[in-house]
Amino acid sequence: MRRTLRALPTLLRVGLAEAVAYRAEMLVWLLATNMPLVMLALWSAVAREAPVGRFGQKDFVAYYLAALVVRLLTGAWVVWELTFEIRQGTLAYRLLRPFHPLVAYAAENVAAMPLRLALSLPVALVGLWLTSAEKLTHDPLRLLLFPVAVLGAWLITFLAMALVGTLAFRADSATSLFEIWMGLYALLSGYLVPLELFPPWVSALARWLPFRSMLGFPVELVTGMLTRRQALVEVAIQWGWIAGLLLAVRSAWRAGLRRFAAFGG
Amino acid sequence: MARYLRLLAVQLRASTALALQYRLEFLGQGALALLWTGWSLVPLLVVFADRPGVAGWSFDEALVVMGWFTLMKGVLEGAVNPSLASVVEHIRKGTLDFVLLKPADAQFLVSTARFMPWRIVDVLAGLAIFGVAFHRMGRWPAPGAVAAALALLCCATLVLYSLWILVISAAFYLVKIDNLSYLFASIYDAARWPVDVFRGFFRVLFTFVIPLALLTSYPALALLGKLDLVVAAQALGGSVAFAVVSRFVWTRAIGKYTSASS
Repeated sequence: MRRTLRALPTLLRVGLAEAVAYRAEMLVWLLATNMPLVMLALWSAVAREAPVGRFGQKDFVAYYLAALVVRLLTGAWVVWELTFEIRQGTLAYRLLRPFHPLVAYAAENVAAMPLRLALSLPVALVGLWLTSAEKLTHDPLRLLLFPVAVLGAWLITFLAMALVGTLAFRADSATSLFEIWMGLYALLSGYLVPLELFPPWVSALARWLPFRSMLGFPVELVTGMLTRRQALVEVAIQWGWIAGLLLAVRSAWRAGLRRFAAFGG
Repeated sequence: MARYLRLLAVQLRASTALALQYRLEFLGQGALALLWTGWSLVPLLVVFADRPGVAGWSFDEALVVMGWFTLMKGVLEGAVNPSLASVVEHIRKGTLDFVLLKPADAQFLVSTARFMPWRIVDVLAGLAIFGVAFHRMGRWPAPGAVAAALALLCCATLVLYSLWILVISAAFYLVKIDNLSYLFASIYDAARWPVDVFRGFFRVLFTFVIPLALLTSYPALALLGKLDLVVAAQALGGSVAFAVVSRFVWTRAIGKYTSASS
């Protein structure tokens, strides 16, 4: 644990340097996260004639800009790195280091955040400020909970990816499984459509799945769609998922590692 | 010309033989494709849940657009993506040398290198969506409309292909761009909605710069018999111009290719 803590600043510095080196690639990733803007355009066209549920045009603007920010803040890519390194055998190098490979992945991931944010956050914030600032919550408790919710959302994203990635220890098709996960995420997290607007049984289903905690919950929190009570309950659910995933990743990692044989190298 | 047709036949045969080796994958992918098609209809259902039309499109008409989206996705992932994705790899590793050495046009060779016949599932799903949409409308498209739609399908394929060639050409300058294909897919996703829902910046972007309108909305209008001839002619001219430009860019870009050492 102490060793990991001591290595962390260096890991973060390396991660940041990597992010700077591949900045063009990152810009492409950022541009590829355009779905909230497309859905925003679509729902604005829908809400132009009459509001949908309790969503007017401005509510949609606030919702999707917040969704964009949360999505960019919670980006992770460990599943691709992990499956690639397991197949290539290069994971062996990471195993030689005196700290857990997943910590290294997480540090690389977090270290890229500042640059991603510097490129994207100003645009979204100015957009929010100009169009629908009044739709954001002003309640200090909910504003305080927002970073917690975003951190939790990132943790769930990262851990779920790590869990699917460890499947590469035993199967080839880990990434196609992840595509299914992403498909479910797109609809059940509130990324494409705010969960409220679904038929009640879908919203109810989404409440029992982790996807809502990954995006819908932080967004609804910051746009003031949740009461304080609901917000606290959701935080509890979210961190419950994190605890469960953490345990699952731990045992899956241990079981998978036993089967790991670095080919070539 | 006959030589190129023969070459195309050879390449197609090779891809088919390859695909036939993975029949089980076909079942899996087919089931998944159907699932995703159903899944992708959900936002459409939610949008039209409590209103008859959005931006001048009724639900059934938007369904026709979705049908084109699914069909074009099959074309994209079956005939365009697989070959061109490998070009990026060729450029990065320097193995494009072997393609350039062959006595045929390099663009033709790289564009026909690989097909994924199983993607026909998406095309069939698109046709099924048309069936449902027109059944709900209680009428069937006129023969003229079908002919116009087919012509626009060719235009759309040409545009899609040209867009991809432009993306590939960028690889000669930028080298590491595997994720450009991801960006491309994410932009293509916007084509599932009728272009009229977009306004201002997005409208201009999706009509002229990245002509998504040409890929789904115009063919849908043609099938519905609502596209006027002027727009159709413009679409035709536009897509040919697009292809010419992409060919020009490709020939310029390939001049930049320096192979790779080691």
